[in-house]
Amino acid sequence: MTTLLYDGSFDGLLTAIFEVFEYKYNDVEIRNRERFQQENTFAEIHEVVTQNEKSDRVLKKLETSIEKSGIKQLLMVFLSELPESEQLIFSAIKQSIKNPNDNILQNFADDDILQISKICKSVSRERHRMTAFVRFEKMKDDIYFAKIDPDFDVLPLIRKHFKDRYADQKWMIYDLRRHYGLFYDLQNCEFFYPDEKLNLNQYKEKFHDEEKKYQTLWQSYFTKTNIKERKNTKLHIQHVPKRYWKYLTEKYNS
Amino acid sequence: MNFDRMKDKLEILADAAKYDVSCSSSGGKRKNNGGLGDSSASGICHTYTEDGRCVSLLKILLTNHCIYDCIYCVSRKSNDIKRAAFTVEEVVDLTISFYRRNYIEGLFLSSGIFKDADTTMERLVRVAKKLRNEHNFNGYIHLKSIPGASDILMQEAALYADRLSVNLEIPTESGLKLLAPDKNREDMLQPMRIVQKGIQQYKDEKKIIKSVPKFAPAGQSTQMIVGATNENDLQIIKVADHFYQNYGMKRVYYSGYIPVTVDNRLPAITAEVPVLRENRLYQSDWLMRFYGFKADEILDSNMPFLDLEVDPKLSWALRHLDQFPVNLQTADYKMILRIPGIGVKTAMKIVSSRRFQILNIDNLKKLGAAVNRAKYFIDFSYGNPFLKHLTDLNLRKLIIGGSQSKFQNQFSQQLTLF
Repeated sequence: MTTLLYDGSFDGLLTAIFEVFEYKYNDVEIRNRERFQQENTFAEIHEVVTQNEKSDRVLKKLETSIEKSGIKQLLMVFLSELPESEQLIFSAIKQSIKNPNDNILQNFADDDILQISKICKSVSRERHRMTAFVRFEKMKDDIYFAKIDPDFDVLPLIRKHFKDRYADQKWMIYDLRRHYGLFYDLQNCEFFYPDEKLNLNQYKEKFHDEEKKYQTLWQSYFTKTNIKERKNTKLHIQHVPKRYWKYLTEKYNS
Repeated sequence: MNFDRMKDKLEILADAAKYDVSCSSSGGKRKNNGGLGDSSASGICHTYTEDGRCVSLLKILLTNHCIYDCIYCVSRKSNDIKRAAFTVEEVVDLTISFYRRNYIEGLFLSSGIFKDADTTMERLVRVAKKLRNEHNFNGYIHLKSIPGASDILMQEAALYADRLSVNLEIPTESGLKLLAPDKNREDMLQPMRIVQKGIQQYKDEKKIIKSVPKFAPAGQSTQMIVGATNENDLQIIKVADHFYQNYGMKRVYYSGYIPVTVDNRLPAITAEVPVLRENRLYQSDWLMRFYGFKADEILDSNMPFLDLEVDPKLSWALRHLDQFPVNLQTADYKMILRIPGIGVKTAMKIVSSRRFQILNIDNLKKLGAAVNRAKYFIDFSYGNPFLKHLTDLNLRKLIIGGSQSKFQNQFSQQLTLF
């Protein structure tokens, strides 16, 4: 068996898959170098150097069979960071090369494809939740700041949504788990990767003067728009799972 | 801004607006051109209240002062409650500040009728106009059409709002006379007609000229209170169907009556909110909008009330056993949709996967069907042992016994002490 180690990027993974075909490997596994610990002492290690020419060729090929929307699905599987994601993406690409005239992602009766469709559902649910549950807090320097902690790495998937929506205000969204963020400065909207974790211990002291007031108004609105006679805690928690509460302004007092 | 006064007003006017069910923020098409916000085809629920309802819009009344005395309404003039009124600027400021923090998708503005219909409608329009023109706001705006407002104001409203709605409130005309003596049905219908006409005109012009100003792009909706008068379900879904067919409604909402007042024309103040009936009505509504059912397939004069024990689709299937079993490999999409336990998404997955292979019960489970119900109605090519129950008189009991309903305890024969 051969183990291909790539650098943890999507392009790196596609390069690795290209090389499986290039070197005609049969029995392979593809692993993220950073998360890899050798278990199988007999496996041969193949170090992959990410090359955009190779990943582009894979993408071009895929576009003719599973189309752009299919590629996005594979990207979503990748962003799920699940341990089986590399193997699933590899399986889909293999199947698609074998059946170039079909969109194999529609064959939900295949276990790998069904798995992919399920992961996509979870990832897009998380993506959708982030578009809904992000809460900006206005800081002294007029930047609207939000912190998130999503189950999957969905920040790249929500960039366009927030960029289109908040074009006339500076904003920043920071992923606490993965230590990187998105910053929009009224011109550009770029990812940033701080060397050290952002220190958020006293960030509330940097709130804009009006921030606390609007938070209080929102909290009273949230309480008053509820109909007590119809209380349904089970449904409430089903829609707003408790793990998100700590970032929701309206839930601060719960 | 006087913060304490603002908080007071918000509490009063949010509390008075909460009985409006609509929370939809979908169907808008506004793009952002460097300003604030956009609205897209699919809405976003930003949070959910403790009663499990979605919060996507800032839903408030401009004022709860009202000249009408509709008995079912908390804001009726004879009710002794705290009154308040927002200024146009206050509503605009709240909307913008909430939107910038990603709390909401936009504004849902309704109002008690102060002075007269036109004065009220004009004030609502002014809020929307200010948001759009002065603040370059492209988020979602839902305005209430005030019954009796003039045609010109309605047309102006539709230029700034994404959705307009008039609540029918009481499904039957006789019920309306009884509970809202000052209102008449015709005043409610006229604004709907004007907006519908405008939307049609917009569509026609759009085909010829590209840059026609938007006209209520998310369409119209309405709402009916269920259980305040003695109407039956057949009447309700017929009314809904009528509005879907003739007024191009995007949505009809059903709101189980919540006792707000003591009056011998209304259910007792201790009456329970009819949530189960409301749920079955929504299921029927979905059948009409997404499953290709007609109103008179769901109910007829021999059976004017929805079966509370099973959902309306299963109820239809049990009354039409001759249409089953369905062959998954060959049946058309419409018929697959009618199999109990199979929803729109699963039906589409079935149609797409069956080109690749013959589907078995295991595939069906994985595709998301509720197999415990579906298995009695499907003909698999390798045979299906459950089909023998299709002619069984106890099929209904068998299915109910094999599934878990969230409403089950309401039908339990067993006495519960606690």
